[in-house]
Amino acid sequence: MSDMFLIFVSAAVVTNFVLVYFLGLCPVIGVTSRSATGLRLGLATTFVMVLASLAAWGLNFILVAAPFLRVIAFVVAIASIVQIVELFVKKTSPTLYRDLGIFLPLIASNSQVLGMTIFQTNRGYTLAQGLMFALGGGLGITAVLSLVGGIRERLELAPVPVVARGPAVVFLVVAMLSLVFMGFAGMGSA
Amino acid sequence: MSMIKAESASAPTNPGAVLSRGVWTQNPVLVQTLGLCSALAVTNAVANSLAMGLATTFVLVGSSIIVSTMRKLIAHQIRITTYILIIATFLAIADMLLEAIVPGVHKAMGPYIALIVTNCIVLGRQEAFASRQTVGLSILDALGNGAGFTVALLLMGIPREVLGNGTFLGVHVMPHGFQPWVVMMLPPGGFFMIGVLLLVANWHDLRAKSRAKAPLAAAVPQPATPRSTPEREPVPA
Repeated sequence: MSDMFLIFVSAAVVTNFVLVYFLGLCPVIGVTSRSATGLRLGLATTFVMVLASLAAWGLNFILVAAPFLRVIAFVVAIASIVQIVELFVKKTSPTLYRDLGIFLPLIASNSQVLGMTIFQTNRGYTLAQGLMFALGGGLGITAVLSLVGGIRERLELAPVPVVARGPAVVFLVVAMLSLVFMGFAGMGSA
Repeated sequence: MSMIKAESASAPTNPGAVLSRGVWTQNPVLVQTLGLCSALAVTNAVANSLAMGLATTFVLVGSSIIVSTMRKLIAHQIRITTYILIIATFLAIADMLLEAIVPGVHKAMGPYIALIVTNCIVLGRQEAFASRQTVGLSILDALGNGAGFTVALLLMGIPREVLGNGTFLGVHVMPHGFQPWVVMMLPPGGFFMIGVLLLVANWHDLRAKSRAKAPLAAAVPQPATPRSTPEREPVPA
């Protein structure tokens, strides 16, 4: 049980997917200019990640014989999951679909989901451990996306020098945030 | 996927311009801020940066050749999936090549090699260029963008290794008694380095623009793009 908790905390804060593994920076820089947007995108990513973790666990049984096909199989699985989730949400909840519509296709080409399945495979996680890893990682991403979104809301009103406007200042802010998250290093091992 | 937009109207057809555009004026990392995941993750050593740059160039050139050859056969609705499958195939080749040639670097880069598949630059060039242009031009475009990506990686990798570890390609270069800035090797150093690089690129652009306004330099056309307003899709509220 404590093992599960450790995996969850490690994935969420100690080795945060965005700030320590550099995964999924396009959504951080491109999409997240509002805290609420970041929260929604993060939760959608978490959902897809949990499903992808399940799929990767199943695929690993088939792919034992051909490890070089792993990435291709994972990419196809993730793209199909995103497609199915999109269809399902569209039928069941049009409001949610309108909120998530733009983000769902983005997640298909998101390195966070693919990275998560590869880490899970390399570390030989069991099904439960993999699901915990995906959930922790996803919630960690959600936290960072909404934090960055909130900071950017305030940044719009701040007198940023002309030379630093645009992505430059966002990266300097994310660097500081990453420095803060380094403080979690040493809390259990990944 | 904001980077995917039609370029057919503005795309140059002269081979030299196609090649040089990716390296400098439309540099994928420094101007378009694409492909950052792999750019930041592996640049704590020069050798890794170089390997990542070359592997990405290989995947980019290979998939550009196949996509531009098959551009009339790929149905519009399934094009993205097709591109990703083609890219993943070349990635598998690059992965095995790296493992055979430089096993140490391959190990150090770990899962980030597989993540070349989700590198926006590779998919972006297929959608924006290779799917509309001839094979020859597509190869040049891929080479240009690959070179631009490699240059940007080295611009980050060299200061990070020299300052963070006091070495260049593993050889000590800093004077004796130099205290390494360990933070440059850690994740915050990567974010800091790309922030500083974009700052310098911004400054360069602003200076070029203000010079273009000055009457003496009015005749010199400036290819600078407005950096402060990156072309993004409208952000949903």
